[in-house]
Amino acid sequence: MTLRNLARAGLGFLLLTGLLAGGVHARADEVAAAAPGDILNVSYDVGRELFAEINPVFQAKWKAEKGADVTINQSHGGTSKQARSILEGLQADVVTFNQVTDVQLLHDKGQLIPADWQAKFPNKSSPFYSLPSFLVRAGNPKNIKDWDDLARDDVKVIFPNPKTSGNARYTYLAATAFALDKFGGDQAKATEFVKKIFANVPVFDAGGRAATTTFVERGIGDVLVTFEAEVQGARKEFGADKYDAVTPSLSLLAEFPVAVVESVAAKRGSQDVSTAYLNFLYTPEAQEIIARHAYRATDGTVAKAHAADFPAVKLVTAEDVFGGWEKIAKEHFASGGLLDQAFVNQ
Amino acid sequence: MSGLPSPIGSALVTDLPGPVHHDDDSAPHRQRRIGQRPAVRRSLIGLAAFVGAGFLLLPVVVIFVEALRLGLGPYFEAISESATRHAIWLTVLTAIVVVPVNIGFGICAAWAITRFTFKGKKLLITLIEIPFSISPIVAGVAYLFLYGSQGLLGPLLAAYEVQVMFTVPAIFLVSLFVTSPFVARELIATMQVQGNDYEEAALSLGASGWKTFLLVTLPGMKWGLLYGALLCNARVMGEFGAVSVVSGSIRGQTNTLPLQIELLFNDFSSVGAFAAATILTLLALLSLAGKIWLERQR
Repeated sequence: MTLRNLARAGLGFLLLTGLLAGGVHARADEVAAAAPGDILNVSYDVGRELFAEINPVFQAKWKAEKGADVTINQSHGGTSKQARSILEGLQADVVTFNQVTDVQLLHDKGQLIPADWQAKFPNKSSPFYSLPSFLVRAGNPKNIKDWDDLARDDVKVIFPNPKTSGNARYTYLAATAFALDKFGGDQAKATEFVKKIFANVPVFDAGGRAATTTFVERGIGDVLVTFEAEVQGARKEFGADKYDAVTPSLSLLAEFPVAVVESVAAKRGSQDVSTAYLNFLYTPEAQEIIARHAYRATDGTVAKAHAADFPAVKLVTAEDVFGGWEKIAKEHFASGGLLDQAFVNQ
Repeated sequence: MSGLPSPIGSALVTDLPGPVHHDDDSAPHRQRRIGQRPAVRRSLIGLAAFVGAGFLLLPVVVIFVEALRLGLGPYFEAISESATRHAIWLTVLTAIVVVPVNIGFGICAAWAITRFTFKGKKLLITLIEIPFSISPIVAGVAYLFLYGSQGLLGPLLAAYEVQVMFTVPAIFLVSLFVTSPFVARELIATMQVQGNDYEEAALSLGASGWKTFLLVTLPGMKWGLLYGALLCNARVMGEFGAVSVVSGSIRGQTNTLPLQIELLFNDFSSVGAFAAATILTLLALLSLAGKIWLERQR
């Protein structure tokens, strides 16, 4: 039966290609297992340049101290997605995120890190920090100085949608913290204040970078609210002569939490190098690089050396003002919570 | 070359009421077709050209303009960066692996569907079309729910220490899934038109099955196969959503070119992003050029 032969040939071809794909698969596994001299740092979406600069310095130092080569591989993406990927098996030795809640997920949903992960490294496991800050057009034509000004009727404000963007949640919380401070802790007045700011936002983009594009390339709005590091990054990319940075009087401390993913590190035998890598982020060498990338250093000497680049600001923490991230999630970001009340009709 | 459009065109003309007329403006006609008046024609062509330029040509031009904004030096620096180079290689490798597999699958599927009648044929056709109708991101998430650590097969895979997700093979797998209909669909259409008369003739004249396939079936499906493979190739190289979910985007390991472009763009490195985009565009133009070259050989 000739047609049967044909079918056999077709099946054979399929099998062959399947085997080929399988072969490639097996080889990829071997490569990963045969090279313990590398660790994977799963990181937030816009930290590529920072870690591209830090990693070679650590690699050189590790080589000098231990005589061994180590490669730091990087994965960058939104940290919620990154956390999800790690829970689904992405072999991350360390995480360097920009949201505390997304690191916490690794414990809550997968027990991949210990409950006390924030106690494992100094400064609550946050080697550097930033804060929501303002980017205005050159010369600050609308004279925007503080959160008050964002609630003015003649000011158009740009930041992403707090329902989808972690960046904008910080903005929302910082504005709320400012209002609580101003109105002596009156939550109703604070909600009213934030509502006014929301009313001044002509377009809510999905993410931080899209909001920057709206402000810079579409020329919409008088002020962009985003992390200080982003403010400086945008000025560097789009022209420091076209935009000014404005630091508000009060803002919310935005932590950049780090953790060793214990389950993966234990399996791969990378605990030592992973811990050393995260500790390295606290050294003056690394802090110097961090400060140059417009993040605020936790190392006193480095912070002092760069004081001119980072205007003084009263920083409050999520714990101090709102009682921690868990409480924030329940009171502010849950469906029908305080964010929804301020965000009505948007 | 212009085999397809002309029959449709002539059918339209003959279907029109009124006297048969030629495309000659000087000839006196009472009844003129809409669009034959010079003003209408010009404005329609102008509109088409404007839309074409604005929506098709300009974006491509912008990619190159933005990539070369700082000159050739930074451009070549951007594309020779090791992570970008690896992304280019991985994208090409994915196409090299995925396109042949889908050609094999497409031939088998189209052959089974157009040459045989069997129960569940409609179901098979629907099954082949599924990747077309669901969003790539859903495909990626489905693979994650199946092969991820917390997925259905997660514990089993973990027991054998097999890591599927967030590796290069995961990228191959989702790319295979997303692009599986391309070759099959083209071939089914080609082979249905072709019919199986020639094959029956060949078999009745004593040709073996293999010979019939190589000398009769394959030459007949050649163009359908080629178009399908080109579409499949273009889609594999450009696939973002599904790959984004399962790749883990490890730079220098599992970052494909589209993912690398997003990363660079997010990182205020627009020259880098656009430079990488030009490579993707050039790869697409290359497969187009390949198509034109092959058509010339016809």
